[in-house]
Amino acid sequence: MSDLSEQVGEDKTGTRFWAGLALPGMAWLAVFFVLPFYVILCIAFGSVDPIFQTAAPEWNPLQWNTAAFEFVLEGLFTSGAAFQTVFLRTLLYVGIATALSLCIAYPVAYYIARYGGRWKGLLLAGIIAPFFISYLMRMLAWINLLQDDGWVNDVLVWVGILDVPRNWLDGRASSVILGLVYGYVPFMILPLYAFLDRIDRSLLEAARDLGASPFQAFRMVTFPLSMPAILAGIAIIALPMFGDYYTPDLLSGAPQTSLIGNQIVLYIRGGQQIPVGAALVVVLMLFLTVLMGYYIYATARAQRRLGS
Amino acid sequence: MTRLRSWLANPWGKPRFLVLFTALYLAWSIVPILVAIRFSFNEGRSRSTSQGWSLRWYTGDPDLSVLHDPTMHTALLQSLRLALIAVLVTVPLGVALAVGLTRWRGRGSGTARGVSLATLVTPEIVMGTALLLVFLNLLTFVELGTMAQAIGHITFSLVFVVIIVRARLLAIGPHYEEAARDLGASQLQAVRLALLPMLVPAIVASGIIVFAISMDDFVISNFLSSGTSTDTVPVRIYATGRTAPTPALNALATLTLGATIVIALLGFLLWRTVRAARGQAGSTVGEFAALDAETIR
Repeated sequence: MSDLSEQVGEDKTGTRFWAGLALPGMAWLAVFFVLPFYVILCIAFGSVDPIFQTAAPEWNPLQWNTAAFEFVLEGLFTSGAAFQTVFLRTLLYVGIATALSLCIAYPVAYYIARYGGRWKGLLLAGIIAPFFISYLMRMLAWINLLQDDGWVNDVLVWVGILDVPRNWLDGRASSVILGLVYGYVPFMILPLYAFLDRIDRSLLEAARDLGASPFQAFRMVTFPLSMPAILAGIAIIALPMFGDYYTPDLLSGAPQTSLIGNQIVLYIRGGQQIPVGAALVVVLMLFLTVLMGYYIYATARAQRRLGS
Repeated sequence: MTRLRSWLANPWGKPRFLVLFTALYLAWSIVPILVAIRFSFNEGRSRSTSQGWSLRWYTGDPDLSVLHDPTMHTALLQSLRLALIAVLVTVPLGVALAVGLTRWRGRGSGTARGVSLATLVTPEIVMGTALLLVFLNLLTFVELGTMAQAIGHITFSLVFVVIIVRARLLAIGPHYEEAARDLGASQLQAVRLALLPMLVPAIVASGIIVFAISMDDFVISNFLSSGTSTDTVPVRIYATGRTAPTPALNALATLTLGATIVIALLGFLLWRTVRAARGQAGSTVGEFAALDAETIR
């Protein structure tokens, strides 16, 4: 970049060349990612065709109709209304599943990063394996295990925890949360591992030299250092969980475990009130954007603290 | 032996507890899959107990096996078809985008980078709804089914190629192209002859990742499917997972997993070969895994 001045002419064609390379991909994202968001808005603010019951999008933002949003917001802010119940349930399930995932992911990632030694390759293969197994197949495995005459019941009855086999798949929060944790925890272990593996060991040695016990060294050095990775891990699994509808459908299928994703599917694919479904998607997006904003803020704060 | 004795003396010492915990986690994560695979070889109809060994649900049963039930083998073919299309389109598109965005510092490059990262944090249900509505209401020439599903898969997997290739580009730096330019190569030649060969390992790795996430995808395939004929394997599992009367669904899932593993292994071997040919040392599973971890991060 030092000889920039003599290359100004050169740089201009260079810029055009690089921009040209990026153009097809950018056009793709514009048409199939950015544009669809505008269409969602036009449908959420549109109306329903009175004869065909299909969505009638309103392309002109000046004539947007807020009926669908009013319906959704009223449902969200009336206590006891269906939307509010489902939304609070989603928050609860995602919160519990994320917390449990962190409790599982952190020790595993920490062990592999610090003490993996010559087993590291094998252990890593073990935590990466779920990435190559379809999420739905992993849920299918639990459907098999949780059947009335399945192995989970066999073991629980044999150990004596249960007297008679229990039906685990008839609308239990515990089954859905188990499914969420089982499904998403690998996505948290990997970033945590990648981060913990990079922590400079001399920092820990310094802490020990200064008289810290191993636990103190962990509490005062490793843990604060890994804060950004913890936040990233939470964001990575919580965001998709908020849009999950297949885990409750497969492991419960009952309305009492219905999540916000199930409501969206109901309205969008059920066909009757597509604008309501679109409005739900927009509200979910706004909510997740706020969460993302907090995540970015918290990460910046954690990094600032480490810097000082 | 001494180690075993000291472990028994104090199993709750720090690393010891962690060993146990990690072992339990790995067992918990892998055993259910092995059990599901085992049931696919059942001789009887049960999907929850072991009943002998046979290939009945793969090929044997004249009506309900994967081979003879059309909804099953079409699903497997549809999954493979979509994954193949996704790899063939996404990898070139993503490599060009990554190279362009990394080297181009003009106005708009920041926005483009932001948009490609936004696809990463957008929940699939949002993207699925958005694409479904756009195909139904605006881009109506795209029919639901393979075409729409392929567009969806390409859209959400693009960012993975960008991340992997960009990381490699930043590691390479701009010097090689500059040298090629100084020696008289045109800009295109510099990219093709100097940069692209160095990117081959990253390109192969991103191809494997795209294949794997396309095979894994459920939400987009489900939203944009036009019916049973374009259902993928995960969509079949979703539709019949609770009601399936036989282990044929387990057999279908096992075959899909097998296909993914074969492709991933072939890709890994290819990746190792090209890396060795380029003189990059340390081609181990761990390295490959680190690459994967890098991507997710």
